[in-house]
Amino acid sequence: MAKVPVQFTLNGSEKAEFVDSGTTLLNALRDKIGDTSPKGGCHQGTCGACSVIINGELRLSCLTLAETCNGAAITTTSGIAEGGVLHPLQRAFLDTFATQCGFCTPGMIIAAKVLLDHTPNPSRDEVIEALSGNICRCTGYEPIIQAVLLAARANSQNAA
Amino acid sequence: MALALRTFATVKDANTALRSTGTRYLGGGTLVVRAANEGDVSVSGLVRSTDPALSAIEVAGGKARIGASVTMAAIAGHPGLGALAKAARAVGGPAIRNMATVGGNLFAPAPYGDFAVALLALDATVSTDDGELPIEIFLANRNDSRAIVTSVSFTLQKAEGFRFLKVSRVKPKGVSVLSIAAVLERAGDGTVSSARIALGCMADRSMRAKAAEKVLLGRTLDRHGIAAALAAAGQGTSPITDPIASAWYRAEVLPVHLGRLLLS
Ligand SMILES: Cc1cc2nc3c(=O)[nH]c(=O)nc-3n(C[C@H](O)[C@H](O)[C@H](O)COP(=O)(O)OP(=O)(O)OC[C@H]3O[C@@H](n4cnc5c(N)ncnc54)[C@H](O)[C@@H]3O)c2cc1C
Ligand code: FES
Ligand code: FES
Repeated sequence: MAKVPVQFTLNGSEKAEFVDSGTTLLNALRDKIGDTSPKGGCHQGTCGACSVIINGELRLSCLTLAETCNGAAITTTSGIAEGGVLHPLQRAFLDTFATQCGFCTPGMIIAAKVLLDHTPNPSRDEVIEALSGNICRCTGYEPIIQAVLLAARANSQNAA
Repeated sequence: MALALRTFATVKDANTALRSTGTRYLGGGTLVVRAANEGDVSVSGLVRSTDPALSAIEVAGGKARIGASVTMAAIAGHPGLGALAKAARAVGGPAIRNMATVGGNLFAPAPYGDFAVALLALDATVSTDDGELPIEIFLANRNDSRAIVTSVSFTLQKAEGFRFLKVSRVKPKGVSVLSIAAVLERAGDGTVSSARIALGCMADRSMRAKAAEKVLLGRTLDRHGIAAALAAAGQGTSPITDPIASAWYRAEVLPVHLGRLLLS
């Protein structure tokens, strides 16, 4: 299998790797680069656990081939805390018990981050819509929705 | 997974590469990479083209041309394609819409292909390097199609002339029980002067409800006027059965949802 070079920015740091052609971004991140925050749940595009942000857009890393990401800026949940301080979404997920087994959490947080980046004060329906590609088998979703709304409020208070 | 991807600057070169056995075109990858992840060994190689024309949207003079690599999210957000936004937003969740392309939706088997249903009602033209085809003919022959789709084009409809409905069990992003799109024109007296109705999940791919279209002509869009069209809607259909709904259920509810769409 031909190895191909892949170069992108991951959470602000330059990464360069050789991967087998056809390797998914999920596998490249987890197995080659060592960022295990995106989770492999279904590998079918259905669960959202592998969600990452590519050039500002929410994407599924299990369905994205690593070599199509050359030159891209990629963000994962492991890169959103700053200076050792949790991102408001990470804090809110802890504070509202929005995490149980935690498997869906990185994908949920990434989907919520894209929402808040574009819509800092979302309605409940907008939160539901934004998380509609992410499955959680533990929490019943309500604490997750509350966490995102709480993080949005925290953000707007900081901005005020 | 053993998949080699080859990237070409031009559609022409990508088309040549696509001729090798086991090679498929990579659009957004939501179906083809998923198939490979699932262990579909019929796909051994992928080809794509980075030609910028494939990602262009042109809206001018009452016509629209959408490049095959344009995503559902880009269509939903385009100010000139407002009437179609509902159909683009009907495809998957937000991440899927950022990846799913128009080109890929034309090949998506039922229960997918919601956007293709809209394009069929719009009587779109599908372009490849070999030329142009009416979408109905393209869809009928898509299993044998080996050429890269480069764009789809159609005449823009006023928002009130184009109607789209996706019926699903899980809101907001469940897959379709069925989807329906209609382009309706009315004469001065309010009767229907032309009708194109397309159905999703009523066969393995999007299909026109020709019997319903025919009996709708000259009728008014009220409960009495549409009754014959609802009775004819199932003609020629062979709905799919999947975990979402059986063929029987889909056939039963088609007239109900078509009625709602026509009266909306
Ligand atoms: C979780 C999930 C939910 C989904 N929900 C929906 C839904 O609600 N509604 C819906 O309609 N679909 C849905 N889909 C299916 C799919 O995402 C869409 O149909 C999408 O538009 C397919 O486009 P793509 O670019 O990702 O296709 P790809 O996977 O890239 O390609 C699909 C097929 O089309 C061929 N192809 C792609 N582009 C071209 C081209 N330009 N020329 C020639 N051949 C081409 C490929 O070779 C392949 O055979 C869903 C998929 C997933 C994984
Ligand atoms: S692992 Fe990617 S969507 Fe489930
Ligand atoms: S916390 Fe377990 S899947 Fe969501």
